[in-house]
Amino acid sequence: MRHTISILVDNEPGVLARIAGLFSARGFNIESLCVGETLDPTTSRITLVTSGDDWIIEQIIKRFNNMINVIKVQDLSELTHVEREMVLVRMEATPETRPEILRTADIFRAKVIDVGPRSYMLELTGDRDKITAFLEILRPMGIKEIARTGSVALAREIQNNKRR
Amino acid sequence: MARMLGAEMFFETLIHEGVDVIFGLPGGYVLKVYDVMPKYGEAIKHVLSRHEQGATHMADGYARASGRPGVVLCTSGPAATNTVTGIATAQMDSSPVVVFTGQVPTPYLGSDAFQEADHIGITRPCTKHNSLVRRTRELPRAIKEAFHIATTGRPGPVLVDMPKDVLIGEDELEIPNEISLRGYKPTIRGNIAQIKRAVEIIMTAKRPVVFGGGGLIWSGATPELIELVHRLRIPVALTLMGLGAYPANDPYFMSMLGMHGSYKANMAVHESDVIISIGARFDDRATGGNFPKFAPNAKIVHIDIDPSTIDKNIRVHCPIVGDAKHVLRQMLEFIPKDLNIDRREWFGKIDEWGRQHPLLPKENSDKIMTSHLIDMLSNITNGDAIIVSDVGQHQMWVAQFYKFNRPRTHITSGGLGTMGFGFPAAMGAKFARPDEMVICVAGDGSFQMNMQELATAVENKMDLKIVLINNEHHGMVRQWQTMFFNKNYSASHFDVMPDFVKLAEAFGAKGLRAKRPEELEATLKEGLYSDGVVLMEIVVDYEEMVYPMIAPGGAMNEMILEDIEREMIVESVDMA
Repeated sequence: MRHTISILVDNEPGVLARIAGLFSARGFNIESLCVGETLDPTTSRITLVTSGDDWIIEQIIKRFNNMINVIKVQDLSELTHVEREMVLVRMEATPETRPEILRTADIFRAKVIDVGPRSYMLELTGDRDKITAFLEILRPMGIKEIARTGSVALAREIQNNKRR
Repeated sequence: MARMLGAEMFFETLIHEGVDVIFGLPGGYVLKVYDVMPKYGEAIKHVLSRHEQGATHMADGYARASGRPGVVLCTSGPAATNTVTGIATAQMDSSPVVVFTGQVPTPYLGSDAFQEADHIGITRPCTKHNSLVRRTRELPRAIKEAFHIATTGRPGPVLVDMPKDVLIGEDELEIPNEISLRGYKPTIRGNIAQIKRAVEIIMTAKRPVVFGGGGLIWSGATPELIELVHRLRIPVALTLMGLGAYPANDPYFMSMLGMHGSYKANMAVHESDVIISIGARFDDRATGGNFPKFAPNAKIVHIDIDPSTIDKNIRVHCPIVGDAKHVLRQMLEFIPKDLNIDRREWFGKIDEWGRQHPLLPKENSDKIMTSHLIDMLSNITNGDAIIVSDVGQHQMWVAQFYKFNRPRTHITSGGLGTMGFGFPAAMGAKFARPDEMVICVAGDGSFQMNMQELATAVENKMDLKIVLINNEHHGMVRQWQTMFFNKNYSASHFDVMPDFVKLAEAFGAKGLRAKRPEELEATLKEGLYSDGVVLMEIVVDYEEMVYPMIAPGGAMNEMILEDIEREMIVESVDMA
């Protein structure tokens, strides 16, 4: 099963390497990894997406908890939560494809953030499925390159207790 | 506040931490530390090892014998990489070792400067924690944190990397009184509800067994364990790391369990209905490695300070996270003192297993058998010496035949199985407990991995005894080749062997040799009761094998008891 794990850590050099090192040492796979400072500049939040059976996830979480620089670990998959990714897409833009690209961007509520003689650059945020769908629709029109972030996630205030 | 050099802060903080000895070797980027060292010579003794791996094992041996952290000081690059084996050894056996490495000046970091290596990156997977100090002012706090992390919770090695400019820089000395880390709050006391549940499970057990590990020793839980065992009349089996945590001369003791454990201990674990595991992590050498077949009818109570060991290998019915000593004390509050539990049936069964396949040393009139030698050593010293064994067959015979009655008298590399550990670790143990008789039992293969430290031992006028078992082979490798690789003795024989007696003499130590069974006792007695560093080379039968044995991946009731049975398992084994 896919798990989104939120890890609050000391904002210090090398902490990310410790987290990632745990995965490489055990042969576990990381699907995505996002890091950024929190409101408190001495801490960072890492959002990590991985998959594995319950036993593996339990082991991973226990190992994180064991690390000196890890303050708090939360498996968001056990909670109602919001998850977002962002993608930047550079589209090949010819006079023929320009309107269609703009229409698609509009449907997905993507923003045009760069316009050139031969290309458009679009920006979209959303959950993983939305971004994947967006890219699938754009693909036949000629994607030149993409940059896609991993997931960032936070638990919702109101928990519907579905999974707990 | 006094202004001083980083190098001086280093010593001031160590003294504040109560450090009395450091094991090390100088080099370019820590020369400032060595420069100011004479000033602190009264408070802190520096032991000059001949190799950083030796220094790290010495610090580890010191920690295991004393319970206090062992300290290493060395320079950058090759020196730091030399400590890695020692650090990984300490990590696997939860030994509090603090390693200080010199580093290139901060402006040079990452420039491939002379003797630069990424110590933090290299040691990240094998330390409990590590840190790079960036400013002189931060040095005392980093050191204090390192000692705090190394010695609390589940102990372990910590490395502090000290760039040269931090050491030669000057600032005000400020040693923090207390360390509090947001992400690090080990659980010491057990959860009361879980403790009540555990007591309930144990009280209703018909065939309980204590499965004790090294955590008992680190937490100093021996008195509480004895109390618990005597009140409830529970037989005790210990892992390799646990030996000494429960007195071998007590009737409830069943000896070591696991791959080379006794038949009765392993059968008792296998047939038990409740296992009380304390400070043990159910590793594959202690359980046989066949986790699904492990103790199929037992409910498992697992007491451990490290939550990540729980449910790692074995499904646990009642986990209790906490320090063994605290948790056992808490449990004792719920167990009446005047219980009169009848366990005649259970002990009858255990005695029967003991009679069927007793653990007995072998004797031979032509050749010295190592098991007999260890048994003799145990008798001569009355089980009272600190025995530091290296890794291999002799290590298992020490575990089987030496009667350890006190904690911290058995020191060995269990988790990592580091050949070359024994001799330097024995030196560390002797520095920690100079009044005790310390004996290193080494194999010829293991000893040759760190024998340069003979110079250090002689230089420090140590009273240290080495029993060197010479079977001209990597004995355990040969045993596995015999059992599992169709007797293909590839690279397990030493075609050239040093003359160990002359070697000892070349370093200024005393050398003795016994080749015949009738010379053994006199040689041991002469060696053990001579002053100084004495190396006793004992030439033994290379064909002796360690039995009983669980083949890797086997269950605890599937022991290979004797040579005759080995043919049949050759094909059934496919993993190490």
